[in-house]
Amino acid sequence: MKVFLMHRDHNFELERKLPPNEQALAQDLELGVLLNAMAGDDKFLLEVTRKAILSSLVDLDQILYRQSTLKDCLKNPHVVRDIYRVAVETTTGEKGIWGWYNPYNSTDQILGRSVKVLTLCVGRLKELRGIVDQHAGEFESEGFRALFAMLKEELSDEYLAGVQGLLGGLESADGTLIRAELGEGNMGTNYALCKQQDKKQGRIGRVFGKNEPHQFTYSLDAHDDTGIEMLSKLRDRGINDVANTLAQSSDHVLGFFTSLRAELAFYVACLNLHEQLVRKGEPTCFPLPLARGGRAQSFEGLYDASLAMKLEKRVMGNDVNAENKDIVIITGANRGGKSTFLRSIGLAQLMMQCGAFVPAKSFSSDVCLGVFTHFKREEDTTMKSGKLDEELKRMSEIVDHLSSDCIVLFNESFAATNEREGSEISRQIVSALLEKRVKVFFVTHQYEFAHSIYEKKMPNALFLRAERKAGGERTFRVVQGEPLQTSYGEDLYDRIFLRTAPSPASAAPVTS
Amino acid sequence: MTFNSILFERPEDGTRGPGAEPDFFVDLNLNQIVDVIIAGREEYGLRPIFLAPLKSVDAIKYRHEIMQELEGASLHDAVQSFAQSMHAMRQYRGRSDRILNTYVKQGWFLNAVEAYCEAVSRLAHDLAALGPRSRGLSSFLEYLKKYAESGEFTTLASETKKVRAALTGAKYGLLIRGNQFSVRKYEGEPEYSAEVERTFEKFKQGAVKDYRIKFSDYLDVNHIEEAALDFVAKLFPEVFQGLEDYCAKHAGYLERTIATFDRDIQFYVATLELVAQLKASGLHFCYPIVSDKSKEVYSHEGFDMALAIKLMRENSSVVWNDFLLKGNERIFVVNGPNQGGKTTFARAFAQLHYLASLGCPVAGRDAQLFLFDRIFTHFEREENINDLRSKLEDDLVRIHSILDQSTPNSIIVVNELFSSSALPDAVFLGKKVLERIIGLDLLCVYVTFLDELSSLEKTVSLLSTVKPENPEVCTFKIVRRPADGLAYAQAIANKYELSYERIKERIPS
Repeated sequence: MKVFLMHRDHNFELERKLPPNEQALAQDLELGVLLNAMAGDDKFLLEVTRKAILSSLVDLDQILYRQSTLKDCLKNPHVVRDIYRVAVETTTGEKGIWGWYNPYNSTDQILGRSVKVLTLCVGRLKELRGIVDQHAGEFESEGFRALFAMLKEELSDEYLAGVQGLLGGLESADGTLIRAELGEGNMGTNYALCKQQDKKQGRIGRVFGKNEPHQFTYSLDAHDDTGIEMLSKLRDRGINDVANTLAQSSDHVLGFFTSLRAELAFYVACLNLHEQLVRKGEPTCFPLPLARGGRAQSFEGLYDASLAMKLEKRVMGNDVNAENKDIVIITGANRGGKSTFLRSIGLAQLMMQCGAFVPAKSFSSDVCLGVFTHFKREEDTTMKSGKLDEELKRMSEIVDHLSSDCIVLFNESFAATNEREGSEISRQIVSALLEKRVKVFFVTHQYEFAHSIYEKKMPNALFLRAERKAGGERTFRVVQGEPLQTSYGEDLYDRIFLRTAPSPASAAPVTS
Repeated sequence: MTFNSILFERPEDGTRGPGAEPDFFVDLNLNQIVDVIIAGREEYGLRPIFLAPLKSVDAIKYRHEIMQELEGASLHDAVQSFAQSMHAMRQYRGRSDRILNTYVKQGWFLNAVEAYCEAVSRLAHDLAALGPRSRGLSSFLEYLKKYAESGEFTTLASETKKVRAALTGAKYGLLIRGNQFSVRKYEGEPEYSAEVERTFEKFKQGAVKDYRIKFSDYLDVNHIEEAALDFVAKLFPEVFQGLEDYCAKHAGYLERTIATFDRDIQFYVATLELVAQLKASGLHFCYPIVSDKSKEVYSHEGFDMALAIKLMRENSSVVWNDFLLKGNERIFVVNGPNQGGKTTFARAFAQLHYLASLGCPVAGRDAQLFLFDRIFTHFEREENINDLRSKLEDDLVRIHSILDQSTPNSIIVVNELFSSSALPDAVFLGKKVLERIIGLDLLCVYVTFLDELSSLEKTVSLLSTVKPENPEVCTFKIVRRPADGLAYAQAIANKYELSYERIKERIPS
């Protein structure tokens, strides 16, 4: 029984390997803030969501499959949360049943516990059936319709009654009949618990201590402690297989609930985020994913969802059309929203490719094979290698995992040396990436570098600048514009050192 | 050609060998290499093989042929599955010998013979299918074929199967109630497991945990099981009579040449396993050209194998070095900063020669090496470090004894001789010793801190090097000439392989 809400044809793998740069990605894009908004303090929810966001889908059809499932969730939030509650209660309820991880478990205990767990599960399966019977008609997506149809079919009343019968029978066996064979060294092997056929006859005909020709009986002396222990071990061996099968079965059934929980968790997290953005009045939209390889990114009102979660007031969105662009170079004033813009690009791409909605009025982009970030790190605590050394080391690790149609977001990279050398390093790296069809977003103050790209008049390059009004006031938006040599650091200096009066702009979000 | 042994084509090839570890074993860290190779194979007693260098080029080739064939996965697997079965046989045999209960003793004996039959038939079959071409393995195959087809072996195999089939057929039921149990013939009662499994089939997902409790293989049979087994024997008397007759008839089943092969072939397998591990970490190995005449020797990308093993375990990799002695060049004089890889270079040189003399593959892409008569090493001894006079004396006594025993076919490795004596003394004595070595025309690596010793005849001066951009960092490269410097930024970009050209190569298309 497969839930299949995250993928049409396979389970969402909680153990899946995340991209090698997950840590850098989480740090640079400030994923923590977003994840916190989505999962609160629910660790499981957090884990699933983190994995879902970081393991991007590439197949358009898979992305649309999740989008349609998510749309159903936005329509029926209460039913979805109710099913999720049943899954959570079952998986946590199981842990309350004593005795699982005790290393001194006898097979008897394993058997007893498994029967208890399975009995709990049968009750929960019935509850689930009830919810499905009541609400199945309200769902439209392929994922939910398939799930509900399956639950109806597999969990018939007849089946559930059969399970209860079997569990009852196992607990009330009279004497233990074990089949065995002679194995290595003529020791007994292949033990198996069997159903006794001739219960009544056996009881009347048996006289203990006297050997019938077809049956030999051994009675242990009451003081034969070793013997009693050995016999009980022999019995343990006999029921080992059944206990194992039962324990595995209870794992399987619990596995179904765990899977149900895992497959729903991402959607529940999306519900959480959606409710918060709606409350703030921020727009969201379902993005239009486009085929890999094309360069067709364009959006309106794209904002950084992590920043939106941090601020009370609404945040500024950007409109950019980057169709047919392989490289976007962003220059301009310090604290003008460049990093925020870069983060919003990365986050939106990840959110689109995990099947979620996107924080924008409209958004479309070609899917990529991986998002990489190379951000300037303020805090370089290790004295072991110099700063440039550290930056290049990180870059080299990124190159190890790059292929065409990946995106690399650079934020003031390679500035830890003089501008001439830094520009040369940037130029070589970026030129090679572009030739390899890697998409590049580069926030930089290196005029020599930015200008040299601009001079080439490449049709596939887009130049953006942090907007600044005539009076030096920042809008925290990026607009099209060629790189300028003067930095706006002077403004900043003025504001901090020679502050005259708080300008209206200083009430706006302060970001770096 | 009749089969002698997989180690020696002719009986006379196997007569040399000191028995005990020679002095240089520790200095060259050969003991560490051998320890790693034979680890986990103590039951075979392989160490003496590593203490007996071969004395002819042909005897080395005999082993090279076998080694090279065993590098093939299928041949290696065939030999290893043979080894596993033989190992199992010994274990079973051991149990059978230890245990007192007759039925259990006979049971383990049957297991031992089963493992042996399996080992022999399977190896005969596998080897025939693979058709080995080396002298050693092909003549062993001839021998094995004859044995596997002999009446002695085929009778053993068929009777073993018959007895096993009869025992497996003796299925019985154990009915346990309280402190009593009964044993009877099994009447076909249905199993519970299957029903449980069927019921929950629909929930099955992927891999499962195994909840079966692992019961120890209780080798000491308890009286409950003995009682049960006695009952089973009473229920099936003719089956157990057959087992008893079988054991009496086949007590001496094990063939001697097969048993010896089982041990000897592990020399190859063990060596190749370590070589394969090191190769997987990016290093190269080769079968060297070995000569007992030419003293022109070379190696490309050779390394200290003991160090490579250590670094592999720490997930780092060893630095390789090339060497070449041509014409009348005989001696490497190695100079350079401390901790720069000088001693390692010297060890590698001698290790290559020693391992080559065993017929083993050696470190490096390719190599030509000399078949020496003896190896001598003079390394610093720590115990006398505080007593300069006695240390100098000890140094001289030792080097004198080495020079006395050496012939033009010997190899000498000298590591920092006279290092704790006064400088003029060290220069004077060093030159004297080196002149004696030059006079003997033997191959030598001479590690020294004295520049003065690097310009004599027949010698090649080598230097351990440092990074041009960072002179505190040793490269562990030993070269004839030092390298040039580079501009910092470009050098550091190159270091991380981030030049335009390298990035393009690194990203797949």
